[in-house]
Amino acid sequence: MFKIILARLRQGHQTMKYPDGPPPKLPDRFRGRPMLNAGNCLTGCDACVRACPTGAIVVKDGRPSIDMGKCLFCGECAKVCPQQAVTFSAGYQLAAHQRQEMVVSDNQPARPNDIAMTRDIRKLFGRSLKLRQVSAGGCNACEADTNVLNTLAWDLGRFGIQFVASPRHADGLLITGPVTQNMHLALKKTYDAVPDPRIVIAVGACAISGGPYIDHEQVKNGADAVVPVDVYIPGCPPHPLTILDGLIRFLGCGAPVK
Amino acid sequence: MFFGGTTVNNHSLAKLTNGRAVKLDAIPTLEFEGFKQAILDGTAAGQRVSAMFGDSTEQADITQLYVVMADDEQNRLCVGRTQIQGDKFSSLTPDCPQLHLFEREIAEQFGLKPIGHPWLKPVRYCHSKTNRDAWDRPANESILPAVGDFYQVEGDEVHEVAVGPVHAGIIEPGHFRFQCHGERVFHLEIALGFQHRGVEQAMIGEPTNRSIHYAETLAGDTTIAHTTGYCQAIEALAHCQKTARAQMLRGVALELERLANHVGDLGAISNDVGFLPTASYCGRIRGDFLNMTALLCGSRFGRGMIRPGGVGFDIDAHCAADLLCRLDKAEKDTANAVNLLWDTPSVMARLENTGILPQRVAVELGIVGPAARASGLVRDIRQDQPSGIFRFSHIPVSACDNGDAFGRAFVRWLEIQRSIKFIREQFAAIPAGSPLVEVGPLAPDSFTVTLNEGWRGEVCHTAITNKQGSFARYKIVDPSFHNWPALAYALRGQEISDFPLCNKSFNLSYCGHDL
Repeated sequence: MFKIILARLRQGHQTMKYPDGPPPKLPDRFRGRPMLNAGNCLTGCDACVRACPTGAIVVKDGRPSIDMGKCLFCGECAKVCPQQAVTFSAGYQLAAHQRQEMVVSDNQPARPNDIAMTRDIRKLFGRSLKLRQVSAGGCNACEADTNVLNTLAWDLGRFGIQFVASPRHADGLLITGPVTQNMHLALKKTYDAVPDPRIVIAVGACAISGGPYIDHEQVKNGADAVVPVDVYIPGCPPHPLTILDGLIRFLGCGAPVK
Repeated sequence: MFFGGTTVNNHSLAKLTNGRAVKLDAIPTLEFEGFKQAILDGTAAGQRVSAMFGDSTEQADITQLYVVMADDEQNRLCVGRTQIQGDKFSSLTPDCPQLHLFEREIAEQFGLKPIGHPWLKPVRYCHSKTNRDAWDRPANESILPAVGDFYQVEGDEVHEVAVGPVHAGIIEPGHFRFQCHGERVFHLEIALGFQHRGVEQAMIGEPTNRSIHYAETLAGDTTIAHTTGYCQAIEALAHCQKTARAQMLRGVALELERLANHVGDLGAISNDVGFLPTASYCGRIRGDFLNMTALLCGSRFGRGMIRPGGVGFDIDAHCAADLLCRLDKAEKDTANAVNLLWDTPSVMARLENTGILPQRVAVELGIVGPAARASGLVRDIRQDQPSGIFRFSHIPVSACDNGDAFGRAFVRWLEIQRSIKFIREQFAAIPAGSPLVEVGPLAPDSFTVTLNEGWRGEVCHTAITNKQGSFARYKIVDPSFHNWPALAYALRGQEISDFPLCNKSFNLSYCGHDL
């Protein structure tokens, strides 16, 4: 007992101040929101397109765009670009309501999307959101960095968000993975078991677009092929801060959009 | 090849070194009886089966079977193959139980029936690569996961508990079927395959810019070990020499991955025995280790760190100093949190004698990693089949002979301490050199096996190239493929309420198994 109390004193208070205080420091090599400067592009150059493993980059009329929903944030495009037209910033606020809001193009200012839920939904869930997590082919990275939000450093419970043990107890689903054929039915049944109104959050490149598994016959290319998605949180896997930001801005209690 | 007298012995297999490529011709093709005897002689002499897998040939009715045996005593691998004509072969499982899942996989992928297999069920619930089906299911019929026979105990007071595929926490999907008498579990059967994404199939052909991402997401918590295995296979086939600096950085990344996962597991184990102090501290400290990996490469799971020819990110003095400073702090925090477990009698009472995996069973099932070491088996690829930095810098093997949940927890704690020491030693003398070297084309008609000790155990990648020097077959064996049956065994005679604890003490991968 004495040792337990001593350990408690030693370990100290570790819960972060965010969103009331500054966010935790991200590593220097962190690859967040991609930035494009098409003005730098060489005519006819498609090095980034060829380097991209998932077809996230498209060049149209000499102007590139990156779909964050497909992006694995591997940084290969930035590495091969001879003109530094593609860079990865430290921007961590990546969540979006709509699939097309995740497309970053040159003429779009690099600001996060407004993802707050509508007022009538917020009245229901704004102070208590119970989620059921379904991993449908996820590699356990998105799962692990969602789970980490339950640790005392992040303390998801303080926002009223909790992961529950039954779809019947849930207000919505948080889905990871590209949705394998073998999880298709289980995901659909879980969704059907959640009482209406319900929300769906897709976390990670796989759940948004299929990620590295795009167009495999064994997968469905993401959650929205099976259920309607309300919030997309890109990344491979998204940093816990990106996931937390997505969840709490959706609830309307997040850090202000910068 | 040498065939000794009337019995063909294990000398008939080719001897390979971990991470070296040989010409495909060097792999002997044996008669089926010789192949079988070589495997039985090998396991009788203490070898393990690291992989056994099928490969199609140009003739539709001939399938080639390969076996990779690990001879840990002699620090080498024994590889052989045989040809199966038609749609069946005589099962080796009754004589060699560790082959049971490999044979089920061959049956599923190639439509070959292993005659005499005691429990022939699908592994991943998908169609075969050939026009044969081992269960004679119509080709146009869809296959539903985990649908089929389950082992059943009958009796008035026996009941069945089914759990999954979707679980109560944030966990990957799998289906568990318990046969219970009251609280007591007679039998547990585990049905997986829900995570099947078709990785092996997608690896066929020339390596593309997506291949490395398959390796990185084979099991997302084992990114470093799997990607190292993949890159070593590429490098072996391209005869590429990496620098000492790259090898060292790979080793450090691998040990950081082990640290993060082991610390997380100890936290999860204490959570499942209801001891919340260590659970909450370790949950946070795990993040500190993940952040050290992010310091190296920007990703908490090591995405982008390992690349063919070396590592994707170099380290400078400032970064190394920062990492060492964080390591010191995390080491103290971990010791403080974890030692509470061993000092708390109620925790020890829950861990000791729970979920025992006897050593004899661990040998028969071919168990790997911390689970094997907790049952007293001194098996560790870093010592037995070392590659890269581990050929020069040794980490003592941590073993314990309890075989229970305590053993599996304690082995993790021993490994945590040794991994931290290893990283410090490496950073004391960082070799000079380029982090990344150019990798040429893959040698045609070649064969290579790479083994690495991931945090769950042996990660085995086998690659075979065709005439054009692209992958004709790529076989991945995650440690979980060996170890899932150990969890089922350890639960026999336990109370069903001990399942979460037993499960966490193994903490196996679903997607690594399902590929």
